[in-house]
Amino acid sequence: MRLSRSLRAAALAAAIAVGTVLPGHADEQFFPLQSYRVGPYAAGGTGFFGGFIDYLNLINIRDGGVNGVKLTWEEGETQYEVERGVEVYERLKSHTGVAAWNPLSVGIAYAMIDRITKDKVPLITVNHGRTDSTDGRVFPYVFPLLLNPYSETSGIVNYVASREGGADKLKGKKIVVLYHGSPYGKETIPIYKLLADKYGFSLEQIEVPHPGNEQQSQWLSIRRAKPDYVVLRGWGVMNPVALKTAQKVGFPVDHIIGNVWSNSEEDVIPAGDAAKGYVAITTQASGAEYPVLQEVIKTVYGAGKGNLEDKKRIGSVYHNLGIVNGILNVEAIRIAQQKFGKRTLTGDEVRWGFEHLQLDPARVEALGAKGLFHSINVTWDNHEGDGRVTFQQWEGTKWKVVSDWIAPDWAFLRPIIEKSAAAYAAEHNIKIRTSDDPPVSQ
Amino acid sequence: MTTAAHPVAGRRLTANHLGIAVLLTAAYGVIPFAGSDYLLDAVLTPFLALALAALGLNLLTGYAGQVSLGSAAFLAVGAYAAYNFNLRVHELPFLVSLVAAGRVAAAVGVGFGLPSLRLRGFYLAVSTLAAQFFVQWALTKFGWFSNDSPSGVIDAPPLAVAGITFSGAVGRYLFSLTVVVISTLLAIRLLRSQVGRNFIALRDNETAAKVIGVPLLRTKLLAFGVSSFIVGIAGVLWAFAYLRTVEPAGFNLDRSFGILFIIIIGGLASIRGAVLGAAFMVVFPLLLSRLGAALLGDIFNSGVLEMSQRIVIGALIIGLLIAEPRGLIALVDRLAEPILRRFSRPLSRSTQS
Repeated sequence: MRLSRSLRAAALAAAIAVGTVLPGHADEQFFPLQSYRVGPYAAGGTGFFGGFIDYLNLINIRDGGVNGVKLTWEEGETQYEVERGVEVYERLKSHTGVAAWNPLSVGIAYAMIDRITKDKVPLITVNHGRTDSTDGRVFPYVFPLLLNPYSETSGIVNYVASREGGADKLKGKKIVVLYHGSPYGKETIPIYKLLADKYGFSLEQIEVPHPGNEQQSQWLSIRRAKPDYVVLRGWGVMNPVALKTAQKVGFPVDHIIGNVWSNSEEDVIPAGDAAKGYVAITTQASGAEYPVLQEVIKTVYGAGKGNLEDKKRIGSVYHNLGIVNGILNVEAIRIAQQKFGKRTLTGDEVRWGFEHLQLDPARVEALGAKGLFHSINVTWDNHEGDGRVTFQQWEGTKWKVVSDWIAPDWAFLRPIIEKSAAAYAAEHNIKIRTSDDPPVSQ
Repeated sequence: MTTAAHPVAGRRLTANHLGIAVLLTAAYGVIPFAGSDYLLDAVLTPFLALALAALGLNLLTGYAGQVSLGSAAFLAVGAYAAYNFNLRVHELPFLVSLVAAGRVAAAVGVGFGLPSLRLRGFYLAVSTLAAQFFVQWALTKFGWFSNDSPSGVIDAPPLAVAGITFSGAVGRYLFSLTVVVISTLLAIRLLRSQVGRNFIALRDNETAAKVIGVPLLRTKLLAFGVSSFIVGIAGVLWAFAYLRTVEPAGFNLDRSFGILFIIIIGGLASIRGAVLGAAFMVVFPLLLSRLGAALLGDIFNSGVLEMSQRIVIGALIIGLLIAEPRGLIALVDRLAEPILRRFSRPLSRSTQS
C-alpha cells in the first residue's frame, strides 16, 4: 500500500516534470521550432534550423541575450508534415514568452494562420509563404519576410532583362518555366503570364509531376521550343535531374535560372558537372566570409555548441538563410524592446517589432552581414519588407555571386497582392486595418 | 430468442453496454472540462478523425474482405467536397454539406470499387492505388477544386451548426465526437442487418456466398460506397475540425497505409479494434516523443530522437503482431475476460430478478 502510494507520487512528480515546462524566472524570449531533420526535406531543415539556432546561440554567448533577455528554444520534429506541425504548435504554444513561429513550410504555415492570429503571435515565412500575406492590413501577424513568390518571379524576369541588356530587349524572347507539379510549383503560373504580357516575351510553362525523377519528355519539348531561358521552379530531386537531362539534350546550363527552392548546394552537387555554370536566385549570398559567419564559427562552433554536424555546411545556402532569419527575428525583438522595455515581450509586442523591422545597408553592415543580404524595410502594411535578390552561379564547388542586388517590381505586384488579400478579408470577415494601430481581432 | 440461443453473448452485451455508457459519459462529461487544449486539439480530435476513417476502411477490408489502399483519397474527396459545397452553395447548413461530402466520397468510392467485380486480393489493392494517385493528381491539377487558390492550399471555414459556432478546442472536440458516435452507431446497425451478414459471407467465401444467394455485385459496391462515405466524413473532420486547412499533399499514400495499419494493429473486422488501433497510432508516438525528448532531449537532436522512435514503434508493432495476430482488440479481450466474467454474473442475476 505504502509502496503503491509512493509509486503514485513518483509517477505524479514525473508527469509534472515531463508535462510542464519550467516558467521563465529570468527574462527569456522563447522560439518554438517546428524543425524537420528527418524525411525527404531534411537537407533544407537541418541547414535552416541549424543556422537559426547557431545565430541564437551567438547572441546568447556573445551578448548574453538581447539586452540581457536570454533566447531559448525547443525543437519539435515535423518531417515537413502538416499534422505534425500542428501538433508541435499546440504543444509549444502555451510556453511563456513565445516570440515568433518560423516553420519553413508552406503547408504548416497555412494551417497556422488562423491559430496564430487568434493567439496574437507573429508567423515568419522567410522567402516563401502565402503571397497575399504581404498585405499587413489583412494579415497582421503573418510576415513573408524578404521575398514572396511573386517578387521572386519578378526578380528573375528583371535579372533576365539585365542579362539581355534592358527590359525592352525582352520583347520577342522566349522563356520556358519548368515547374514542380505541386501547389508550390503552380503558384506563380498567373504572375509569369502577366509579366509575359507586360514585357512581350513568349512563355511556355511545363509541369514536371512530383517527384520529378524522370524529365526526358519535358526536356525534349524544351529542345523543340528553343527557348532563350529556362526557369527551373523545382524542389528536391527534381533539380539535379533537370540539370542532368538538360545536359543530355544539349541545353546550355548557364541559361537555366533556378528559383529560390532550387538554389542550394544540395540541388547542384548530385548533378555533378552538369550543374557547372547554373545560375540561381537568392536573397542571401552563400559563403562563410561574412563577419557574422566568422563570429558564429569562432564563438559558437569554438565553444562546441554549433548545430551543424557537418562543418563543411557552414555558409551553405540553407545555413545562411537560417542565419539571416536569426538576424531578422533578433532585430525585431530588439526594436520592440526599445518601445516596450528590456524584458520578455508578448507575441503582439514582437509583432510590433517586426512591423518596424527596418534595417538599412548601414545597419546590416554593423550586424556583420554586409553582402550576406541587402536590407529590409517592413512596415505595418508591407510585411515583406522589399527584400532585394541576387544571382549566384555554381562553379563546381561553390556558388559565386554574379549580379548586383536586384529589386523586384513591387509597384506592379502590389495591386495584385491587395486584390487577393481583399478577397481573403471578405471571405473571412476581417476588418482591414487602416493604420499602425493594434490590429482588431475579428 | 437470441438471448436464449446465446446466453453468454447476452451477458457480455450487458457488460459491454455498461462499458460504452461509462466511456461516453467520460467523453462527454469529463474530458471537455478536464482536458487541456493540447489534449483536445492535438491528440483527441485527430484520434477521432482517424478512428472514424479506420472504421470506414474496416467495413470494407475487415468485414467485406476487399483490400483497399486508397483511403486517403476518399478522405481528400470528403474534405474538398465539403469545402466546395460550403463555398459554392450559399447558406447551406454545415451538416448538409457534411452529409453531401460523404455522398460524393461514396460515389467516387463506388466508381473505384467497380474493378472489385473482377479483381481480388493483391490485384484489387493495386487497382485501388489508382484512386489514391488519381484523386491527388486531379485535386492538384484542376484549380477549381481549391477555388483557384494560388498555392492550392485552402483554409477551412469555421464549424457552425444551427447558429452555434464550434470555435474553441472543446467545441471542435465535441463536434467530432458527436459525428463519430453517430456514424459508429449507424455502422453497428448496418453490420447487424442482412447487409452486414452479406459482407461477412462475401469475405469468408465468395463462391459460397453466391450460391446461397448473396447479390455479389450489389454487396461489393455497397461495401465500397458505405466505406467511402464514412471515410469521406472522417476527411471532413480531419480537414475542418483538426487541421483547419486542406492541401492535396496531406492525403498521400502514407496516410492510406497509416489507416490500413490502424485496422491491422487494432484488429480486423472489429469496431472497437479500429478505435484502439487509432489510439495506438496517434497517441503512442506522441507519448514516446514526449518521453524521449524529456529523457534524452539534451543529448540528441530531434532528428535522432525521431528516428529512434520509429525503430521502437516498428519493433513494438512486429512484436504485437507476432504475439497476437488478431490485433490489439483480441489482446484486450483476453485480458478483460476474467474481469468481465466476474462482473457479468451479478449483472445477469439482477436482470433475472
